[in-house]
Amino acid sequence: MTGPMSADLEELYQSIILDHNRRPQNFRTIPDASAHADGLNPMCGDQFTVWLKMNGDVVEDVSFQGSGCAISKASASLMTQAVKGKTRAEAEKLFDSFHGLVTGHSGGEDLGRLKAFSGVSRFPLRVKCATLAWHAMRSALDDAAKGPASSPPEPQA
Amino acid sequence: MNIKPLAPRSDFPLLAGDPKLRYLDSAATTQKPQAVLDAISGYYERDNANPHRGAYTLSAAATEAYQTARDSIARFLGASDPDTLIFTRGTTESLNLLATAWGHANVKKGDRIVVTRLEHHANFVPWQQLALATGAEFRICELTAEGEIDLAKLSELVTKNTKVVAFGHVSNALGTVNPVADIAAIAHRAGALAVCDGAQGAPHLTVGFDSLGVDAYAFSGHKMLGPMGIGGLIAKRDLLESMPPYQMGGDMIALVGDAATTWNVLPHKFEAGTPNVEGAVGLAAAVGYLQALGMDRVHSHESALVRYATERLSTVEDVTLLGPPAARRGGLVSFTLRDVHPHDLSQLLDAESIAVRAGHHCAQPLMRALGVNATTRASFYVYNDSSDVDALVSAVARVRERFTAAV
Ligand SMILES: Cc1ncc(COP(=O)(O)O)c(C=O)c1O
Repeated sequence: MTGPMSADLEELYQSIILDHNRRPQNFRTIPDASAHADGLNPMCGDQFTVWLKMNGDVVEDVSFQGSGCAISKASASLMTQAVKGKTRAEAEKLFDSFHGLVTGHSGGEDLGRLKAFSGVSRFPLRVKCATLAWHAMRSALDDAAKGPASSPPEPQA
Repeated sequence: MNIKPLAPRSDFPLLAGDPKLRYLDSAATTQKPQAVLDAISGYYERDNANPHRGAYTLSAAATEAYQTARDSIARFLGASDPDTLIFTRGTTESLNLLATAWGHANVKKGDRIVVTRLEHHANFVPWQQLALATGAEFRICELTAEGEIDLAKLSELVTKNTKVVAFGHVSNALGTVNPVADIAAIAHRAGALAVCDGAQGAPHLTVGFDSLGVDAYAFSGHKMLGPMGIGGLIAKRDLLESMPPYQMGGDMIALVGDAATTWNVLPHKFEAGTPNVEGAVGLAAAVGYLQALGMDRVHSHESALVRYATERLSTVEDVTLLGPPAARRGGLVSFTLRDVHPHDLSQLLDAESIAVRAGHHCAQPLMRALGVNATTRASFYVYNDSSDVDALVSAVARVRERFTAAV
């Protein structure tokens, strides 16, 4: 980019984020999922659905679909890669680390490539974007533990 | 192209204090001229007391300031009867007032309520919920391919059992300027009320309420150089007189008996509690400022900027402009950039001090119909000029480059 671009923004829009925005991974449904959950940001209308297939305590497969900004989409994409093959407890721990990273409360040392999202902490309005799919993933994990997939509540008529 | 600002930036302290800022979000709220800030502080420095409630000189001064403000705002909007201008917090409250007070007294099961696909949530949800509460039927008039209200469809939808047709003067999401008189005529043929959301009309066009044809018109002061927290509802006198009040309390009563109460005359019947005098005084100053500029000139200034922005933006690859052609559009452009989400675009524009709006513009039913989640909107007002458009267009082109270059 030839125009002015602050260091903060360069960090926010790292090329790994732009790549995953253009070519999201695991961007599909899982027909025989154990659970799925929606993440909706009412402020901007961004919306994702995350599917989880559990094998006992292990996340055997995870996918997502929906639409949103580069931050939310790339975050969902990288999340699916990070969570696949992890146990439920490990996935929840990743959630906490990631949340800590984007809110600036921790360095996210254990996060690997997800550390690309460290720039988000300087843009508080974008924390919601970065964590949208993560919240959906966590509630799908909860649902999977409870039993068969349940549908989200309908809006007020 | 060189389109100069209609009003000098130096009149607007926030813009004067931030020379780099390209403020292109006036459809959300406008910046305020010094004259408005002075009017507000002048009111507190000279005239502040609770209006209508004291027999002393100062209370009379506050009452007078409030009434004078009402008179001049009503005149600006072309309403010859200033007592039919009810002050509210803004468009949202005005529409809720109507949907609640008039709606619950007049709409019943079997009736029909008609809105359009263009509506802001403020002119959609109150009517939708009124329909649900009363058992009335809620119908949405669809648009033409260019984002304009389809009058033929509207005529079909507005049947004899239709009680109200609610529609916007100008769409905040697409900029569509609606044919108010034609829509009002369709409503009136069926004996329905014609309610117009003027949030994007009053700031940009001559309203002329008396000859506009609608029964009620809602607007917000903060979108027309005035302060936040003040706006109004102008309505036909017989409509307001036949409606029950909206909120109860001080000022809106005539006589309070132990078992029953009678209502005060207009406008007080709909203004319960201590009013927002500073807001009214500030809005009157805003209206004075706009009148000095001339609403015809305000409109042609915005039209020139919109034409220019449309022309320039359509030269940027991957930009899609939404809404009707520039000639039939109010002072805004709404667009998408392929493969770049509006939030990312607006964040990157912000880094170049360009403030635009990204999102669903409180019009989710419209966004669904357009098949987009969000758009980017640049909206213009009296302090904008062609250099703002130039800055926007070249920044959009740079963002496109950055997003498509990434591999
Ligand atoms: C068309 C339209 N209607 C209603 C509103 C609501 O106005 P306010 O938030 O001032 O009540 C707005 C502004 O956001 C608008 O653009």
